[in-house]
Amino acid sequence: MSKGLPETRTDAAMSELVPEPRPKPAVPMKPVSINPNLLGYIGIDTIIEQMRKKTMKTGFDFNIMVVGQSGLGKSTLVNTLFKSQVSRKASSWNREEKIPKTVEIKAIGHVIEEGGVKMKLTVIDTPGFGDQINNENCWEPIEKYINEQYEKFLKEEVNIARKKRIPDTRVHCCLYFISPTGHSLRPLDLEFMKHLSKVVNIIPVIAKADTMTLEEKSEFKQRVRKELEVNGIEFYPQKEFDEDLEDKTENDKIRQESMPFAVVGSDKEYQVNGKRVLGRKTPWGIIEVENLNHCEFALLRDFVIRTHLQDLKEVTHNIHYETYRAKRLNDNGGLPPVSVDTEESHDSNP
Amino acid sequence: MSKQQPTQFINPETPGYVGFANLPNQVHRKSVKKGFEFTLMVVGESGLGKSTLINSLFLTDLYPERVIPGAAEKIERTVQIEASTVEIEERGVKLRLTVVDTPGYGDAINCRDCFKTIISYIDEQFERYLHDESGLNRRHIIDNRVHCCFYFISPFGHGLKPLDVAFMKAIHNKVNIVPVIAKADTLTLKERERLKKRILDEIEEHNIKIYHLPDAESDEDEDFKEQTRLLKASIPFSVVGSNQLIEAKGKKVRGRLYPWGVVEVENPEHNDFLKLRTMLITHMQDLQEVTQDLHYENFRSERLKRGGRKVENEDMNKDQILLEKEAELRRMQEMIARMQAQMQMQMQGGDGDSAVHGHHV
Repeated sequence: MSKGLPETRTDAAMSELVPEPRPKPAVPMKPVSINPNLLGYIGIDTIIEQMRKKTMKTGFDFNIMVVGQSGLGKSTLVNTLFKSQVSRKASSWNREEKIPKTVEIKAIGHVIEEGGVKMKLTVIDTPGFGDQINNENCWEPIEKYINEQYEKFLKEEVNIARKKRIPDTRVHCCLYFISPTGHSLRPLDLEFMKHLSKVVNIIPVIAKADTMTLEEKSEFKQRVRKELEVNGIEFYPQKEFDEDLEDKTENDKIRQESMPFAVVGSDKEYQVNGKRVLGRKTPWGIIEVENLNHCEFALLRDFVIRTHLQDLKEVTHNIHYETYRAKRLNDNGGLPPVSVDTEESHDSNP
Repeated sequence: MSKQQPTQFINPETPGYVGFANLPNQVHRKSVKKGFEFTLMVVGESGLGKSTLINSLFLTDLYPERVIPGAAEKIERTVQIEASTVEIEERGVKLRLTVVDTPGYGDAINCRDCFKTIISYIDEQFERYLHDESGLNRRHIIDNRVHCCFYFISPFGHGLKPLDVAFMKAIHNKVNIVPVIAKADTLTLKERERLKKRILDEIEEHNIKIYHLPDAESDEDEDFKEQTRLLKASIPFSVVGSNQLIEAKGKKVRGRLYPWGVVEVENPEHNDFLKLRTMLITHMQDLQEVTQDLHYENFRSERLKRGGRKVENEDMNKDQILLEKEAELRRMQEMIARMQAQMQMQMQGGDGDSAVHGHHV
């Protein structure tokens, strides 16, 4: 419990940006465990309920980007994830559109509701990525888009008269689709992830996983994991942002065993053992999307939506956005003219 | 009297019988003794199951010591050409099969120069054959020309990719292209039909000339005609390869075992592997012929027209040729004018020196 002496590097860095904290009011060294029965119930825990109600009322934004070569099932997977037609592709497969000559960024927004909670979901598609003969630098339009969203947010944030709730168009999660070759990553995959893992949360997924037998799948996943590690690519959940031991063990397990998730998407239902399931029907059997023995779609869905949705947003805001902001501040003061106070309060919550 | 069996040596005493009907048998016997040569080129992105398919087709392991490079290594690699030859014998018939692999194709981030190596290889084989054919000792010409190219199309796309189109257009005048949809067990039946149709449409749209199976002759039997019809209707073939034996319905079959079922390689309802194999085997001869009569002859006439000079810059050559032709034209016109003048003079030789109205162009 030192006063003002920086113990870690982050503390030192922090103290350069933040004015010296005011001396803390005297508190006992160890918190005395309070027996609620003795002293009566205070009601602090109701704050969780209050937050929940607030979130339900305001709803929240989630922006997910999908990147990968044409035909890897990106649109189908996103539709399957959110159980609605949220991507730019209609459910039928009549893709009369030609492959665009350059990478395009197409963002489509939907409001979906579940259990009284409203989510404004934006799916950002990147048609044309990796489809040309010459794919050099085809990640640049994507990087540009992501940074543009950070810039938009930054401009709002430094405004003198700020909106109560800054519209958040920043990309919270980028699903990168790996082609299931069974061999290894492709050079383009490496290049993309190297460049973009520093600006956005990348979740690599193995597309169309019904191409591989169980053995092939497990070998391929191991190989991909190794390649990502050897090339220093930090995909989400990044090791350095694990907050405590609990996070670390949970995320370690996901990082080392489950990821990259080998998924299959589908928007068609079939009858299997008396139940209607989402799947793909082939002459040799029905592949069930939500059957963990068949593919890892359910794991991906739980991961992105049911357990780590909020964390994805937080890491985007607290880490990627802050990195961008710090860079902008250091780059010859490129921010529009603002008052000194607003600049330093960088711990404002969205 | 002798029995009218075509394979037996018919009684030479039969009136009117010469005996050359036996020629096909002689050819057959000689071919069997000599053996057949066939060169098959395999082109496609990494990871489409090309090697597995080749091994499945010829029931062998052509790549025993294979090492698959990682992505970082692939960044630096250019397209290689690797030819492996294997001698297969079946019922006394020998086949010397050369499989030309093209690792590195389609891997690079920029694939602009992907096919230069491949096209050079094909041309080199033609060049070598031309050289041998024009040489003095023509008894033992080895035919290393590429007779057929299996082009692997990814089942993950929505049709042909820009690279597919560009490559096929670059080689369709040099080699017989057989497009193959790889890893067909990724697709449901409906998806497969859609993809096939889409690919055929795109091939037509871009005027790509793929190998066309010749129609069955009218004197062939119905079964063969029907088989040919079926084959033609299934192009491009969507195939699955495997040499693993899986237990299915009580028997051991070659296939792939998934949690949801077994894909059988040799089951025509699962994929077109058998069709591809049939096509290759029954049309091996035709593929060789088309290579000889069409692609090689094309190459040869182009080559000889150039008169042995290697074309460095095609545009420059065109201008040069144009200039040369113009000069020649002028020379010929002058010659004609002179001849005309001569004729005039001869005709009017007795008339004295009347003016010669020659038309000089």
